Amino acid sequence: MTNLLEVRNLTRSFGGLIAVNDVSFSLRGGRITALIGPNGAGKTTCFNLVAGALRTTSGQVFFEGRAIENRRPEDVCRMGIARTFQIVRPMRDMTVLENAMVGAFSWTTSVNDARDIAYDSLESVGLANKAHAKTDQLTLPDRKMLETAKALSTRPKLLLLDEVMAGLRPTEAAGVVRVLQKLTENGLTILLVEHVMRIVMEVASTVVVLHHGAKIAEGSPADVVADSKVLESYLGAGFHA
Amino acid sequence: MPKKFNEATDQKRWIAGAGVFVILALVGFLSNSYVISLMTIVLLFTFMGQSWNLMLGIGGQLSIGHSLFVGLGAYSVAVLNIKYGISPWIGLVVGLTIAGFVGALLAWLSFRFEVRGIYFALLTIAAAEFARIMFSGWEFVGGMQGMFFQAPTGKTDILMLRGDARFYYFVALGVAAIGVLGTELISRSYLGYVWRAMRDDDEAARALGVRTFRHKIIVISISAGSAAVGGGILALVQGSIFPDSIMGMGISVDVLIGPVVGGLGTAFGPFVGSLAAIPLNHTMSAIGDSLGIPGLNNIAYGIILILVVWVLPDGIWPAIVRLYRSIPPLPRLKISQPRKVEE
Repeated sequence: MTNLLEVRNLTRSFGGLIAVNDVSFSLRGGRITALIGPNGAGKTTCFNLVAGALRTTSGQVFFEGRAIENRRPEDVCRMGIARTFQIVRPMRDMTVLENAMVGAFSWTTSVNDARDIAYDSLESVGLANKAHAKTDQLTLPDRKMLETAKALSTRPKLLLLDEVMAGLRPTEAAGVVRVLQKLTENGLTILLVEHVMRIVMEVASTVVVLHHGAKIAEGSPADVVADSKVLESYLGAGFHA
Repeated sequence: MPKKFNEATDQKRWIAGAGVFVILALVGFLSNSYVISLMTIVLLFTFMGQSWNLMLGIGGQLSIGHSLFVGLGAYSVAVLNIKYGISPWIGLVVGLTIAGFVGALLAWLSFRFEVRGIYFALLTIAAAEFARIMFSGWEFVGGMQGMFFQAPTGKTDILMLRGDARFYYFVALGVAAIGVLGTELISRSYLGYVWRAMRDDDEAARALGVRTFRHKIIVISISAGSAAVGGGILALVQGSIFPDSIMGMGISVDVLIGPVVGGLGTAFGPFVGSLAAIPLNHTMSAIGDSLGIPGLNNIAYGIILILVVWVLPDGIWPAIVRLYRSIPPLPRLKISQPRKVEE
């Protein structure tokens, strides 16, 4: 397996604060990688740097071997990296289906093609039966899945998910996990920013741990959990794997 | 898969639209000249309102200086026709091109330097006022004295777009129909989807691959170009143009009042809004003149705007649609219960 995404020495500072400090990691295709860390560890900043929503201070991001740092978010998306937002952002007075169609227009101008792919996207996240509902009628887990469906319609190779499971009940989160596993079975690569530890351990094949903007560990969930630095900084004394 | 889910409502919409068009055509044949000239103005502002509506209601970009584009269209037609005897058809195309280009340039400059939202709206006012002052001092286009078209002979000449009031009524009806149809087609095409996404959330749209910078320029350019077509026809209908009236703030307000009152982002809103606002404006203006209260029409404008924003914040047209949908299939009598006496 080659590296789909390679992040090298990524750094971003806001004034005197270094939010992401010299972080390097790489993603292998067809896997789920999780980016974890306590609040303010720089996970979302890292995410935004990859997605082009923020400019880097230094460092490189390579996607399929091409440098993509500091490109515009719409261009990053068109290259095959789709993202979701931590705060769900459905478009008002558009139906669920119409919301899911927008992303498709990054590769087609045909409304019919867009509708087809939007159905497929909704189907793969289990929302096809609510295609014609208004977005404000959706429950929180459904809205989170709509965000994922919107991103899927852009036909990404890499999906960046920002806390899709935050605020969900365990049973709802389990449903999301199944959806994500299904997506990777179809060849999609996923980078997950997540707080819910138990779920990260369950779905991720690799975990990257950030703390104060720096990477402190990387490896399989089991390895990371055994790492004393991680236990100390992030999981605290209360966590037992 | 239930793809063609909205075919039934679609059909109803087309029938309703065609019905309105037929009624308006009948109005053109049957009404007296006062109603016809008033309705001509209503239809022209429907069209211009539609162009403004495309920009804000679908594209999410606010312009309070649409008089700039209206004026450019009017002057293109007037200068070419009055100075060189060139057909207004060509004037309309020239006006559309110039205004489309100016709109695109304004948008490019503005968004290139991150001037967005309300600041962009202020910039449109500044640009419109700049153009008005420039045209006021430009002798070649008549300066403050304006320009006058040749008095109409009453003979209909389609090539030179000349004719009587009824002729202009049908020209206005034609462009208004094109405006409504065009808006409908655009909002159903991929442009409609990506523009609405951009309107609702610029950042989220970009994350879905929408090139919002480019799309803002496109929507503003199309809006500007079509406003110019309306302006060119308005100039012909009025027979004369003056920088203060055709490029003044008043035109910008007249253009936006239709869609705001009628319903932002809807295909029929600008028509319903113009139909409510413009006759009111004219009537109040006439009453004001006879009572010796100039500016009564502006007060009426203010009041109707406040009322609509207060009572029907979505505009008149969405309220009509809601009302229509709320009518049950069979009329049922509501029997009012006698009030319970509280103990």
